[in-house]
Amino acid sequence: MNLFTIIGEALRALRQNRLRTGLTMLGMIIGVAAVVLMLSIGQGARTKINETIAAMGSNLFLVVPGATSSGGFSFGSGSVRTLTINDAYAIAELSSVSATAPVTTGTVQLNYAAKNWSTIITGTTPNYFTVGNWKMDSGAAFTESDLRSAARVVVLGSVTAKNLFGDEEPIGKTIRITNRPFVVVGVLMAKGQSLTGRDQDDTVLIPITTSERQITGNQFPGSIRYMLVQGTSASDMDIAEIEITQLLRQRHRIAKGKENDFTVRNLTAIADVATDTAKVMSIVLGAIASVSLLVGGIGIMNIMLVSVTERTREIGIRMAIGANQRAILTQFLLEAMMICIMGGVIGLIVGIGSAWVVSRVADMLIVITIGMVGLASLFSSAVGIFFGFYPAKKAASLKPVDALRYE
Amino acid sequence: MASMQAAHTANPLIQIENLCKSYNLQGADGKTITNQVLFSINLTINPGEFVAIMGHSGSGKSTLMNILGCLDTPTSGSYWLAGKNVAALSGDELAHIRNQSIGFVFQGFNLLKRMTALDNVATPLLYAGIGRAQSRKRALELLRRTGLESFAMHQPNQLSGGQQQRVAISRALINEPPLILADEPTGNLDTQTSREIMLLFEQLNRDQGITIVLVTHEDDIAAYAKRLIRLKDGHIIVDKCNEASETVLNQAADGNSLITQ
Repeated sequence: MNLFTIIGEALRALRQNRLRTGLTMLGMIIGVAAVVLMLSIGQGARTKINETIAAMGSNLFLVVPGATSSGGFSFGSGSVRTLTINDAYAIAELSSVSATAPVTTGTVQLNYAAKNWSTIITGTTPNYFTVGNWKMDSGAAFTESDLRSAARVVVLGSVTAKNLFGDEEPIGKTIRITNRPFVVVGVLMAKGQSLTGRDQDDTVLIPITTSERQITGNQFPGSIRYMLVQGTSASDMDIAEIEITQLLRQRHRIAKGKENDFTVRNLTAIADVATDTAKVMSIVLGAIASVSLLVGGIGIMNIMLVSVTERTREIGIRMAIGANQRAILTQFLLEAMMICIMGGVIGLIVGIGSAWVVSRVADMLIVITIGMVGLASLFSSAVGIFFGFYPAKKAASLKPVDALRYE
Repeated sequence: MASMQAAHTANPLIQIENLCKSYNLQGADGKTITNQVLFSINLTINPGEFVAIMGHSGSGKSTLMNILGCLDTPTSGSYWLAGKNVAALSGDELAHIRNQSIGFVFQGFNLLKRMTALDNVATPLLYAGIGRAQSRKRALELLRRTGLESFAMHQPNQLSGGQQQRVAISRALINEPPLILADEPTGNLDTQTSREIMLLFEQLNRDQGITIVLVTHEDDIAAYAKRLIRLKDGHIIVDKCNEASETVLNQAADGNSLITQ
C-alpha cells in the first residue's frame, strides 16, 4: 500500500470521528499556539533590550561618587560629592578612554507661553551627546564655547519638546527654566525607556557650567552627580577600569588599603546581564508553553490507544486480507501525525494571530522568526511520531486471530 | 473439467501432519493450565476440492480454520500450503500469503465499516501494492460478476446480509487465490440467501477450480461440499466423500447461474 493511499485511509478514519479528532487536535493547537506566542514575546523582549543597549552607547562606564557613612549609617552611593568636573577632564586624558561627560542633575520647572512642564535637567558637556549615543532630531547640540561662556542654551528631549511645543517648531524659541530665559538650540531623537524603565526622552540638557552657576547651584563648586566614560575599545574595558580607578585614587589622595570614594560601573556588563535575563526569560516562557504541547501529545496518545482498542476488529480484518505489520503501523502512526501536523498548522496561525493581538493590545514588541515557525512545526511532528508510535506499534503487534475474534 | 483434473495432481494444496494446537491459560490459582484443542491432525486437501469441516462448538473446527488461514500458528506439527512450510514463516510472510493465496469469507461478513462496497473489495489489492485506480477497476469487475455493480458505492450498512456476503466473496476473490476459507458463511443468512451463497461457492469451485474449505455445523450447508470432515474434541473422526452433494446439486441445477463470466 503506497503512502498516498495510506494518507487517504488516515484522513477517512479521522473524518469518521470529527468531534474526537477536533478535540484532540485542539490540544495540539493550544500547545503550538502557546509556544509560538511565548517565543515571540520572549524574542520581542530580547530585541527591545538589544535596541536599548545599542541606543545607550558602547563601551560605557558610569562613575559615581562613593558612599559615606556616619556612626554606622551608610548614606548610599553619591551621598558625598567627591567627583569633580576636573576628575572627568583628567580621565579623558587616559589612553584607554576616548571621552568623558560629567553630569549634574536637578529637577526644574519649564515654561513656554502658557504651558509648563516639570522635568529632570542634565548639566553636561558637549561630549555627552557622542558618549551617550544621542542623535539630534533637529537643531544641534550646544558647543564647547557655550560651555565656556555658560550660555543659556538648551537641548530638549523629544517628550519634553512635545509637551512644551506640541506641533510648533522649538528651535530658536525661548523657554524659561526656573524663570530664566534659555534658547532652544536642539531637539533629541527619541530613545525610549532605559534598561531600568526610566523615560530617557523626558529631559532637558544645558551646559554644565550654566547649570552649576544659574540653575541647580552647588554647595561644593565643581562637584558632579556622575560621569559617563567611554572606553576606546570593547576589548580594553578591563584596562580602562583599572586606569580610571588608579587615576581617581591618586587624584583623591586615597591611602593604600583605604576604600575608594567612588564606584566605577561597567554599563556594558550590566547590559550583558540584561540580555542574559531576557534570554533566560524567553527560554522559561518557551519551556512552560512546551508543557502544554506535551499535554496535547499525551492526549493524542490517549485517543489513539482508545482508537486502536475500538478498531481491533478492523485491524483483524485488514490483517486477514493481507495487511502486514508495517501497513498497520503506518496507518495508525499517520493518523496521529496528521492530527499533529494539522493541529500544528492551525496552532501556528492562532499563535501568530494572538501574538499580533497582544502586540496591539499590550503595546509590546512581538517578534516572529522563521526559526520559530520551523521549531513549532518540527516539534509538533515530533510529538506526533513520539506519542503516535506506541499506539500504532500496539495495533501492529496484535495477533490476527485475536484481533478478528475481538468483540 | 479442470477441477477434477486438479484433484488428482500429485501436489496437494494443503498438507497437515501431526498438527497440534494448545493454549496456555492462567488458572484462578495462578497456575498455568494447558488446554489442548487439536490433537495430531493429519489432513491433505488437493487443489479443486470442496471440503466441509463440521463439528460441534468446542470441537476445534474454528481453531483448525484459523491455522489453515494463517491467522494462527500451530503449537507443533507441520502445515504445507502450496508447497510452502507455513509454520516456519514470519508474520509478514504470513500476511503476504493471506493476501495472495487465501480468500476469507466470515459469518459476520467482516466488511470495513463506512467504506464503500467497491473500496472494500479493492483493499486487498492495495495491500498487494497495486494503485487505487487499478484496484477499483478490478473490484468493479468482480462486483459486476457477483451482480452487485449497482451497489458499488453503497456502504455495508446499506446492504442486505446476502449482498454483504457477496461483497465479502468478491473481496476474497480479488487476488485470485487458489483457496477460499469460509467460516460459517451462511450463519447470519436466511435459507433462500444461504442457498444462493452456497451455489455461488459451488460454481466458483466447479468453474474456476478454486479450492473451498467451509466450516459449518449445519448439515444442509455441508451437503454442498464434496468431501466431509468431522471433528470431535480435537480429533478427526470422519473424513469421507459426500454423497449428499450430488443430490443437492441436482436440485439446484435449474440453470440460473449466479456468476456470469
